Amino acid sequence: MSENKAPTASPRTDAESVGGAERTQLQMITRRFLRHRPAMISLVLLGVITLAAFLGPYVWTWDHLVHREIPPSVPPNADHPFGTTTAGHDVLGQLMRGTQQTLKVAFTVSVLGTVVGSLWGATAGYYGGRVDALMMRVVDVFMIVPLLVMVAAIAGSVRGGTTWYAVALIIAMFSWAQIARVVRGVVLSLREQEFVEAARAAGASPGWIIVRHLLPNAAGPIIVAATLLVAVAILLEAGMSFLNFGIQLPDISLGQMIGEARTAASTRPWLFYPPGVLLVIICLTINFIGDGLRDALDPRQTMGRR
Amino acid sequence: MLVYTVRRVLGAIPVLFLASVLTFVLIDVSGDPLSDLRMQQPPPDPSVIELQEERLYLDRSMPERYWLWMTGIGGNGDIGLLQGEFGPSTQSATYDIGENIAERLGVTLRLVTAAMVFALGLAVLSGVISAMRQYSKLDYTLTFVGFLALAMPTFWFAGIMQQAGVGFNELVGSQVFATIGDGTYQAQGLDAWGRFTNALAYMTLPTIVLMLTSFAAWSRYQRTSMLEVLNSDYVRLARAKGLPNRVVIRRHALRTALIPLTTVVAVGMAGIIDGTVLTERVFQWRGLGEFFIAAVEANDSFALMAWLMLSGTAVIVANLIADLLYGVLDPRIRFE
Repeated sequence: MSENKAPTASPRTDAESVGGAERTQLQMITRRFLRHRPAMISLVLLGVITLAAFLGPYVWTWDHLVHREIPPSVPPNADHPFGTTTAGHDVLGQLMRGTQQTLKVAFTVSVLGTVVGSLWGATAGYYGGRVDALMMRVVDVFMIVPLLVMVAAIAGSVRGGTTWYAVALIIAMFSWAQIARVVRGVVLSLREQEFVEAARAAGASPGWIIVRHLLPNAAGPIIVAATLLVAVAILLEAGMSFLNFGIQLPDISLGQMIGEARTAASTRPWLFYPPGVLLVIICLTINFIGDGLRDALDPRQTMGRR
Repeated sequence: MLVYTVRRVLGAIPVLFLASVLTFVLIDVSGDPLSDLRMQQPPPDPSVIELQEERLYLDRSMPERYWLWMTGIGGNGDIGLLQGEFGPSTQSATYDIGENIAERLGVTLRLVTAAMVFALGLAVLSGVISAMRQYSKLDYTLTFVGFLALAMPTFWFAGIMQQAGVGFNELVGSQVFATIGDGTYQAQGLDAWGRFTNALAYMTLPTIVLMLTSFAAWSRYQRTSMLEVLNSDYVRLARAKGLPNRVVIRRHALRTALIPLTTVVAVGMAGIIDGTVLTERVFQWRGLGEFFIAAVEANDSFALMAWLMLSGTAVIVANLIADLLYGVLDPRIRFE
């Protein structure tokens, strides 16, 4: 979405790459990323959350479903560290399952959206002219529909409950356009360069040039956009689940948990605040990681020391 | 300029047309407007279903339905976008889509306008301050607040604000913030001042919620473009000439630094529309957001189409205005 491009202050403009002429580009990028403190902290935090969400259920007594033994509406205590719902769910069990589903949706969207968006954008940029104009018109169409609303409208009319992959598919269907735009912009400038000319002279097919020459060279912006798409997808999924058009009970996602607890914020705050805080932390860490990647992959920093 | 405007408007037509086809087809294939009726127990009389199918034009093929929806030629006079008829609704035989939109438009427009104005003003202010004091504590604080706002789900923040409003009211012992409803009914029969204070009580919290995300994104852009301008030669020249800092910032730097923001604001329109649906839901406003949610829940495809066409047009118009503003803000840009 629109906020993707806003670069943030990197705490230090690094001069760490002095010396080490033998270093490969990848090593330099890794080094720069490792030195980006907010990004590193975020990566560790996100890793911990992901592990807890996926491995936690093997350790913890309760899953995300209703159990008769669970007393209803109990505030956090030793047996239920995050309390219980009115219906008799263990909130910790729900949180783990909810985070799982949220992350699964987000990463699937990111992968699908990035693949489709990059190919679409690169093709438009490579051919240019009429093809480009037509393909970008299609992108425009996707840019003018309010994403959340469109996604909710489609998912809301899918009967019999939407599973996490259905939600992911629907979100991906609408969120590739931004990536296409970014990639097209990069490819437009790349295609005039000598190595593309050379490949063309050597008889390479357009498909080969796009996949082997243009996309790898656009990897930096693509990776950053893909990272930020994860956060976009998380907020979209949360929004539609909140409106009750996303993942349906008995399955659960973080957005849906907030939606369920909407009217209970003052009476049973333990239902309302934890899923929200978790969502914020996940999105925040992803944005910081994207920021760190942008700094690490910035071509202006790499150019001189190839 | 006029030629340019006309050409842009003409260019928007195919995009809007493509968008209408896309959304029509997707909504059509994704659900059956009569599924609730068909699932009813005991099963309804086939003639009832048939009657509904005819009323909603479901007895025609999809392309034919699209044609009817767009032109109304061959319909019962209750359909045809180009004639100002949005089509029959599944919600009830008397539910008039156009009338309902018109009724709710004002409520939503009030919220969107207020949120956009405040978000823009604050974003420019905080972006400029952040850029002028780059790497200061203030800059870091604003950056972090921006990141936090971007990571915050609108509806969750809305819930928190609602709680805060209720808490505040209890604390001072009077109803300062209204936390539920849009205040339209409460304003009836009030004088101008009463209406204003009433609107203020109802609008404050939802406006804060809706502006948050936009504010965060826009202030980041404003900071970046301001930094870029501040490092440019002509600003350095203006400084070297001994112009007061105020003048340099206001007349030379800010003017140029505002240009990129216009595009970003236009692109952000779609996001704001998304935001209104969530915000209206939490604060229970009877605006277009509620209209939308009711339409999805009732599988009301013609109502959904009307809604999406309206919001799509809003986004396109916003983009057009942004492009025209470009020329006003930056005399270097000429419209051929």
